[in-house]
Amino acid sequence: MTSTDSAFFGRLTWDAFPITGLIQNPSANEIIANAAAAIVIVGVVAVVSVLTWFRLWGPLWRDWLTSADHKKIGIMYIVFAIVMLARGVLEGVVMRAQQAAGPGDGFLEPEHFAELFSTHGTIMIFFVAVPFVFGLANFLVPLMIGARDVAFPVMNQIGLGLTVSAGMMLMVSLVVGEFSTGGWTAYPPYTGAAFNPGVGPDYWIWAIVVSGIGTTLTGINFAVTIYKLRAPGMKFMRLPMYCWTIICSSILIIFAMPPLGVAALLLAADRYLDFHFFTNDLGGNMMNYANLFWLFGHPEVYLLVLPAYGIYSEVFATFSAKRLYGYNSLVIATMSIAVLSFTVWLHHFFTMGQSALINAVFGIATMLIAIPTGVKVYDWMATLWRGRIRFSVPMLYGLAFLMLFVIGGLSGVILANPTVDYQVHNTLFLVAHFHNVLLPGVLFGLLAGYNYWFPKAFGFRLNEFWGRVSVACWTLGFLLTFMPLYFVGLMGMPRRSFSWEDPSFHPYMIIAVIGALVITCGLFSILIQLWVSIRDREQTRAPVGDPWDARTLEWSIPSPPPPYNFAIIPKVTERDDFAAAKERGEAYPAPDAYEDIDMPRNTGIGFVLCVFSGIWMFALVWWIWWLAALMTVLMILAVIIWSFDTSTEITIPAEEVRQDHEAWLALVHSTPAVDRDHESAPENRGLARPDMEAVT
Amino acid sequence: MRRAPRHSYPGINLGEDHASAHKASEVVTFGFWVFLMSDLVYFGLMFAVYITMIDAQAGGPGPHELFDLKSIFAQTLILLTSSLTVGLAMLALKYNLPRARIVLWFGVTLVLGLCFLVLEVRDFMNMAAQGGIPQRSGFLSAFYGLVPLHGLHVAAGCIWLLILGIQLRVMGMTDLVMSRVVRLALFWHFLDLIWIGIITIVYFGGLAYG
Repeated sequence: MTSTDSAFFGRLTWDAFPITGLIQNPSANEIIANAAAAIVIVGVVAVVSVLTWFRLWGPLWRDWLTSADHKKIGIMYIVFAIVMLARGVLEGVVMRAQQAAGPGDGFLEPEHFAELFSTHGTIMIFFVAVPFVFGLANFLVPLMIGARDVAFPVMNQIGLGLTVSAGMMLMVSLVVGEFSTGGWTAYPPYTGAAFNPGVGPDYWIWAIVVSGIGTTLTGINFAVTIYKLRAPGMKFMRLPMYCWTIICSSILIIFAMPPLGVAALLLAADRYLDFHFFTNDLGGNMMNYANLFWLFGHPEVYLLVLPAYGIYSEVFATFSAKRLYGYNSLVIATMSIAVLSFTVWLHHFFTMGQSALINAVFGIATMLIAIPTGVKVYDWMATLWRGRIRFSVPMLYGLAFLMLFVIGGLSGVILANPTVDYQVHNTLFLVAHFHNVLLPGVLFGLLAGYNYWFPKAFGFRLNEFWGRVSVACWTLGFLLTFMPLYFVGLMGMPRRSFSWEDPSFHPYMIIAVIGALVITCGLFSILIQLWVSIRDREQTRAPVGDPWDARTLEWSIPSPPPPYNFAIIPKVTERDDFAAAKERGEAYPAPDAYEDIDMPRNTGIGFVLCVFSGIWMFALVWWIWWLAALMTVLMILAVIIWSFDTSTEITIPAEEVRQDHEAWLALVHSTPAVDRDHESAPENRGLARPDMEAVT
Repeated sequence: MRRAPRHSYPGINLGEDHASAHKASEVVTFGFWVFLMSDLVYFGLMFAVYITMIDAQAGGPGPHELFDLKSIFAQTLILLTSSLTVGLAMLALKYNLPRARIVLWFGVTLVLGLCFLVLEVRDFMNMAAQGGIPQRSGFLSAFYGLVPLHGLHVAAGCIWLLILGIQLRVMGMTDLVMSRVVRLALFWHFLDLIWIGIITIVYFGGLAYG
């Protein structure tokens, strides 16, 4: 504590607000910082105004914030992910613009540029990819396995609350103080107190710790849900491929999030309590940090990409009107990747001083991952082979993925060779590589899933035209932005440099910034697509629930699904049970009897913990100790008080279930079926004509 | 030997006539096991950090100056006994003994847990008096990162014992409460397991290699 700290406000002073910097030193750098802060404030004011004007606070609280329904929690995760995606993309554009403005120093201060690549990485991994993956998984897993909810609905809500409050810290850091300049990996000793006494690394630490706890809770939840709540007959080898990938992701979370928590908390101990885990003096050892971080960091990559593989598996099968080729090999490949992902972390720091032998072992282990991944690529291609392919939006994302991801994977195999890595590490070649796997791999998969399952969630389809525009923009934008980076990387341009001098880089930088603008168009076309789709929703309604002639259980129920998902828990007899039932003409059976259904009651605990943990993080960042202590006590008390609540369930009477279900069955029988040629026409009300080729 | 109850799931130690509690416990107990696995990884990594930093004493006091094996022995006995008493509470639950018996064993466990914490804190204070504070060296940072983490878990377990003791009286022997007793017992045994690791690796290992 220094003498300027007050007992009440900690180290928070007027200097922490960017407007102070603008007044003292008006420059392009300060204007951009203030514009970013202004966007956050205007965004908050706009949301609050809209909610107040349309009197939506009550419905928001009752139907969403306190809901323990996995479908609503899933949708909230995805809304949060898309908001954060917008920020992450715009930061990417500013960074590309800074480098395109060279040779020379561009328009940003070095610290500002460093903040940008730190927030960009942190946001895209922890607050876009993770919540998007969880959002889809939340929505889908219970529907796919024939369950009424996840195993722990309230814990699910708490996981969302913690993820959102941690994400909010990144927004707050735009307005109050600054974020870390240490990259998304935050290596000490640079991020230690000796070199970085400010609040930046603290924002990073607490955002990571709290979102990590939320992620762990969610991972446990999905693992238990899939192990324990499968419908009768849903054996493991009958699970949809997507559920397999979620099991593997959950296992990765359960074992890989603790290293991140340990790394961040030990860094916090160094910074707050003057410990010596990673400091330069008194026996600290930063290599422990590198090992801990990447012991998490590498499995993290796979816990993001495996669910995307699952989405592609569902999309390829449905839009090829074929059974997924090589199901068993895909399961084995997924599990192999999950296991291998724990054996390769050292390839993130080949150049940090271990022996050649150790590097060779980890290099070979890394290359091994290409084998199961290759199996998957061939299985997907074989699924397409002789299928009756429809080039709908999810399929287009899938095809872009197949071609581009192979390039990204191959550049990964190149980097897995330690001798090559010594040449290109810390260059833009690496940046090109991981964007090449994360965009076509993870993001395209998530967007494909968003387009594919949107009608299931909301009862109407997304606009095809704007969907195609977004595919085109994302694909072209990706190619223009990141392919040049491979070349400048090989030419030796270091990553994370706010300034450069070699004029031969310039053309590549110009192409890359054009690509970034095309990606921005992709982002906006997603938003336009959503707006147009909501406006034209009467033309695209598909209440029967199966607009794509799909194969898995979630399509056998109404769109949007009722709160209890399944009026009668299905009895599963084979893989792709719904497709087989349609083939036999036995889909949409009328049950003999209905029963009362117990569903989780609404609770505010997730929201309460979201708010308290947010204030707690802010207090810790700014050394407002009394507030941090108060929030700690309040969080513990909130959980204890909640644990005394025994009326956690409401019962939906059988009669109500029967009425709803029979009304829907009547709709099924009165709706004309459409074949696949009219899939995107208004007459597609969600009942598929059984014109699928025989299930091969 | 008594026959296993009809609704028996592995790892849930409830009695024959607790069928509905068994059913209610199945999913949550499995989930709790998974949580313990994840928590175990936390401890495993802290053990690994400790082992890598055992030599990083930077001229400060090391295990030979700081560790008091007599106190560790006393703490071990107390903690193992508390595992016995929490097990007795489980048996009282399983065989439908009066609720007061469970509360009694919970009380004994709580007292033992608190005794353990008092001894542990006293050890830390003695270490600090000899200059063994975490700010002194990487080795001491690793020690204070690991052993108090276990202590924090014991403290959390003590709060849980207290709250669940109250819930046993207020809410009665509902399925929910019984399922919580099962999980608390698991948690407490887990703490014992970690402690065995701590005396072996931190104390004995530290004295042997530090």
